[in-house]
Amino acid sequence: MAKFQSLRDAVAENLNDGDVAAFEGFTHLIPHAAAHEAIRQGFKDLTLVRMTPDVVYDQMVGMGMAKKLIFSYLGNPGVGLLRRCRDSVENGYPRTVELEEHSHAGMANAYEAGAAGLPLAVFRGYKGAGLAEVNPNIKSITCPFTGEELAAIPAIRPDVSFIHAQKADKKGNVLVEGIIGIQKEAVLAARRSVVTVEEVVDNFDDVHTNCCILPQWAITSIVEVPGGAHPSYAHGYYIRDNAAYLEWDKIAADRDLFTKWMTENVLEATPEDFAGRVANLRDAS
Amino acid sequence: MSDLDFTADEMMTIAASRALASRDVCFVGIGAPSAACNVARLTHAPDITLIYESGTIGTAPDVLPLSIGDGELCETAVATVAVPEMFRYWLQGGRITIGFLGAAQLDRFGNINTTVIGDYDNPKTRLPGGGGAPEIASSCGEIYITMKQSLRGMVEKIDFFTSFGHGDGGNAREKLGITTKGPTLLVTDLAVWKPDPETKEFTVVSLHPGVTREQVQETCGWTVKYADHLETTPAPTPDELKTLRDLKARTKAAHEGTGKAA
Repeated sequence: MAKFQSLRDAVAENLNDGDVAAFEGFTHLIPHAAAHEAIRQGFKDLTLVRMTPDVVYDQMVGMGMAKKLIFSYLGNPGVGLLRRCRDSVENGYPRTVELEEHSHAGMANAYEAGAAGLPLAVFRGYKGAGLAEVNPNIKSITCPFTGEELAAIPAIRPDVSFIHAQKADKKGNVLVEGIIGIQKEAVLAARRSVVTVEEVVDNFDDVHTNCCILPQWAITSIVEVPGGAHPSYAHGYYIRDNAAYLEWDKIAADRDLFTKWMTENVLEATPEDFAGRVANLRDAS
Repeated sequence: MSDLDFTADEMMTIAASRALASRDVCFVGIGAPSAACNVARLTHAPDITLIYESGTIGTAPDVLPLSIGDGELCETAVATVAVPEMFRYWLQGGRITIGFLGAAQLDRFGNINTTVIGDYDNPKTRLPGGGGAPEIASSCGEIYITMKQSLRGMVEKIDFFTSFGHGDGGNAREKLGITTKGPTLLVTDLAVWKPDPETKEFTVVSLHPGVTREQVQETCGWTVKYADHLETTPAPTPDELKTLRDLKARTKAAHEGTGKAA
């Protein structure tokens, strides 16, 4: 049963040191505000799961919160590499992060298996790919009907998943529109889930019945955070802050600049700051 | 600059775009492949179906997306599906005719590395990784590759098999139980390459205008082979060049117009 909470309480109640946590979003609707709250609360030894760890995982890795990443594309989308993650992998700074690397198909299937309550995902993948040699969690299974050799990987079952969405209604049902990514599966695969939303509305009477809705009883906690996806975007609310992604490349390239930016924009900031960050991006949406 | 002065980059994008047709259903990689696919859509292949891995099917963006998940891809798409559906039904289901990929490292058999430079566990450079590419390479009907030539990029031996091309050549794909064709085309800034029918080694079939064999060899880490009947790539037409330049100008203006972090 979804509970409406402050972001501070939602994060404090649902995330613990050592958890397997997913902050999902496929370029669109990335839960930046929730991740920043997790950074402020100073969690440690997290296993961070995400298909496309981008700026916000660069920030968490740079702050030394992660002991492991499970992922399929480690980049700043459209810009290049994640420099804090690289510093961790190449130089062990501020700590070495273990990598469990998959393909997108692998991760998508593993989340789906988690949502379906299955122990593993089976799909036609990784053929000839080097990942199977470096990731012991990529194995193979023989189809009992055709004899075809297929890839098998463990289901993803996060302790907690965080996503951002456009709307919740007053009962706590959640609407996701646009590029819907993997968020529904991430929520349904997780033991607990926190959904930040742009706004809470009375009802979804004006929404088409085929829209992606997560029912309130499948969600643990809902938090209203306008602008909570910035610098990612919320379709229908504000556009992606491409300049911020380009700027991140410079900030993350320098350890001191990174620390200064994190102090000013995360540690000394609040969830309410996100609304202001998207003010000039709303008109263009 | 007259319309018919063009850069090597422009020639690469336009030559790559010509390989696509309206009937194609194409899984588009970001960067150079995205430019080529959209030039094709805006010129000779208006009905081509472009698919990005964020789930957008049949998209027609006015500007090149900065990422594979830009909002405009969704707004102009015939349909947008969830990521698991994209990979399970559409890609694995065999509905996509062409996967169009770029590469950080490429070998003569079309094997691609975008994962690490150096040893996997102790890399010299950690690259983003494969994303959708490992399964794009094995599940799309065929694979087109586009990249700029360089000794760092076109290498004798790639450091990591992010996506499998033709392995060590010949029938390597069949031996692994892969039924799709794999890389059938490579377009660089200097030449058009196709695999030899038997060995599957990429062979230059066409040099771009003004390009010499020496230039191709100097920027390629293996000994280059040429087709018996070597052709010259037709120069960009004024219409192709205008379409590409307009697209780039719109893209630049659009991305400069977005906000800046507070």
